[in-house]
Amino acid sequence: MSTASDQLLRGQYKEGFHDDLKIVHKVPKGLSHDVVDYMCDVKDEPRWMRDFRHRSLDLFLKQGLPAWLPGLRDEIDYNEMTYYVSPVEKSARRWEDVPAEIRRTYDKLGIAKEEQKLLGGLGAQIDSEMAYHNIQETLAKQGVVFLSCDDGLRQYPEIFREHFSKAIPPEDNKFAALNSAFWSGGSFVYIPKGVKCDIPLSVYFRINAEQFGQFERTLIVVDDGAFCHYVEGCSAPVYTTNSLHSAVVEIFVKDRARCRYTTIQNWSTDVYNLVTKRAFLYKSAVMEWVDGNLGSKRTVKYPSCYFMGEGGHGEVLSLASADKGMWQDAGAKMVFYAPNCTGRINSKSISGHGGRASYRGLVQVNPPAGNCRVQVNCDALILDERSRTDTYPTMEVDGDLATVEHEASVSNVSEEQLFYLMSRGVKKEDAVSMIVNGFIEPIVKELPMEFAVEINRLINLQMEGSVG
Amino acid sequence: MEVEENLQMMADKFEIIGLHVRIEEREILKGLDLTISKGEVHALMGPNGSGKSTLANALMGNAKYEVTAGKILMKGENMLEMTPDERARKGLFLAFQYPCEVPGVRMSNFLRLACNARAGRELEVMDFYSKLEEKMKFLEIDEAFMKRYLNEGFSGGEKKRNEILQMMMLQPEFAIMDETDSGLDIDALKIVSRGVNELRGPDLGILIITHYERILRYINPDFVHIMVDGRIAKSGGPDLAAHLEEHGYDWIVKDVEPVAAKGEK
Repeated sequence: MSTASDQLLRGQYKEGFHDDLKIVHKVPKGLSHDVVDYMCDVKDEPRWMRDFRHRSLDLFLKQGLPAWLPGLRDEIDYNEMTYYVSPVEKSARRWEDVPAEIRRTYDKLGIAKEEQKLLGGLGAQIDSEMAYHNIQETLAKQGVVFLSCDDGLRQYPEIFREHFSKAIPPEDNKFAALNSAFWSGGSFVYIPKGVKCDIPLSVYFRINAEQFGQFERTLIVVDDGAFCHYVEGCSAPVYTTNSLHSAVVEIFVKDRARCRYTTIQNWSTDVYNLVTKRAFLYKSAVMEWVDGNLGSKRTVKYPSCYFMGEGGHGEVLSLASADKGMWQDAGAKMVFYAPNCTGRINSKSISGHGGRASYRGLVQVNPPAGNCRVQVNCDALILDERSRTDTYPTMEVDGDLATVEHEASVSNVSEEQLFYLMSRGVKKEDAVSMIVNGFIEPIVKELPMEFAVEINRLINLQMEGSVG
Repeated sequence: MEVEENLQMMADKFEIIGLHVRIEEREILKGLDLTISKGEVHALMGPNGSGKSTLANALMGNAKYEVTAGKILMKGENMLEMTPDERARKGLFLAFQYPCEVPGVRMSNFLRLACNARAGRELEVMDFYSKLEEKMKFLEIDEAFMKRYLNEGFSGGEKKRNEILQMMMLQPEFAIMDETDSGLDIDALKIVSRGVNELRGPDLGILIITHYERILRYINPDFVHIMVDGRIAKSGGPDLAAHLEEHGYDWIVKDVEPVAAKGEK
């Protein structure tokens, strides 16, 4: 029995259903330049984008996997995947205009129009395209732009072209190239100078198709002195075959601006989640990545802060939970090109039921960067002997006056703590869940309330029966 | 009628009968007998290494301590078949000598979960907090305490006060206090003792395990037992503690025949 259906049987993955949706666009399976052309035609894209996509596909086909990345070599059959599937013609601005069957899918996932009341904006992607994207009027009036990435290209061609692929070029890595060739959907966000967008902009990504590749592309520009909080969640049905999710997220945090990007990744355990996320920080900018990885078969993702201007501050709070059949290869990167910057990485991982959690991190201080400080903390909790955790920190310091601190710990749920809690009448499984939730508390407390509740729920499900 | 009376008597008793306990192949308790009735305070004293903390852990059901023979009965029920949490829900409490830290678990959340477990139902939030506030005032514990993580970064005195707070909140029927006095300064000792005296009454039986007579100046025991080499060597009234203070443990240790460990006979 596959681990995914096993998980479904245990009733743990409530998002594991799939719906039979009417498909508007679908290309034949496999990678080809024909698929690229088909997508460009459907999307009616400018010439430069068509050229960019073709060039990216060539790069993907040429490029090998990075030497440091274990596995994946023969695991994914790229020609068995379908690269563009859409059950919608275009992104709706009104919830009523979203096809009823897709609205039903989102209702089942608990993403309804009502939720929008608490949010600055809501987006919902299904397979290759955004089914819905809308923003509160008050924010729109201040000039905040929140669109699907495709609409961003159409409606704001200049801002789009100025930033697109500038933080993550297709040459960066094989999966960035793959995304660059087949990207579709994702968000385009622009926050004008000085505008504080205090309520989160939220996007939900759903894969419904089987053996499918989702390549959302997100571009966020937070202009001078502005603020935005972008939140994303995701899920997929449980199939017996594998799917691929390979996103590229580029963020530009301009002078004195601040951006927080929160992810709760909960793909089913047949999804390969290979994502490149990078933020460029300009003068005195602040970037915060809050990265929660709770699902997927294999995640490879290291949200990065590239310090391009003086005095920036970057944080990555990373939380990974590797259950049966999962390998969370998560971490962070801090790359300094400017002086007087500070960075902090705080990573916590849990592995249980034979799951594997890896922390992989890079701290790189380049010559123009002086007086930089980075603090790295990674703590791992292992729930049983079958599970595994490892840490791969890389430090490359080529600058004056850089302070780099790295601390790591590995622990088990201690018998002493269990006995103490149980001696107060707390049942063993509740005691384990208290200890595990306590372990991740420093990160969970940074999350918006509803996400914190969801994380605790998911962690508790994964805990079931994990300590014998 | 007689059966009912017997049941009534059992319902008020915590009985340890011929208890043998080993840790990692070494026998520590070698046939210990002790009965505590509700309303009584027993002090168990003894030199280091006599097995006092082993007894506390075994009574609460710490899996590291293997009971090889004997019985533990609470209100006539066999405790040995129960996990620590079941024992606690039945009304047994252990104040730890070294309460452990549980990072990230907020005091208030922990206490509420524990009180709900003990009550067997979800307690009214308002009732819980007003009771908590009252007990904290009594023990001179600062409000900010509740927002802290369970025992994390607590001073020795704070940890011990926290144990007494938990005891007051959980309202056990039988409480074991494992060297609660050790490492406390005189002010903290007074506060802790005040808590125990407040709880003292016909519905609670208490076993105070201590090395020193000091705490017994603040909590007057009804009975004093001296433990040597895994057994009760001598029992008496409060005057026994005073005698110990004056003469130390040597006189009694000399009197006790070494007991052959079980299996070595």
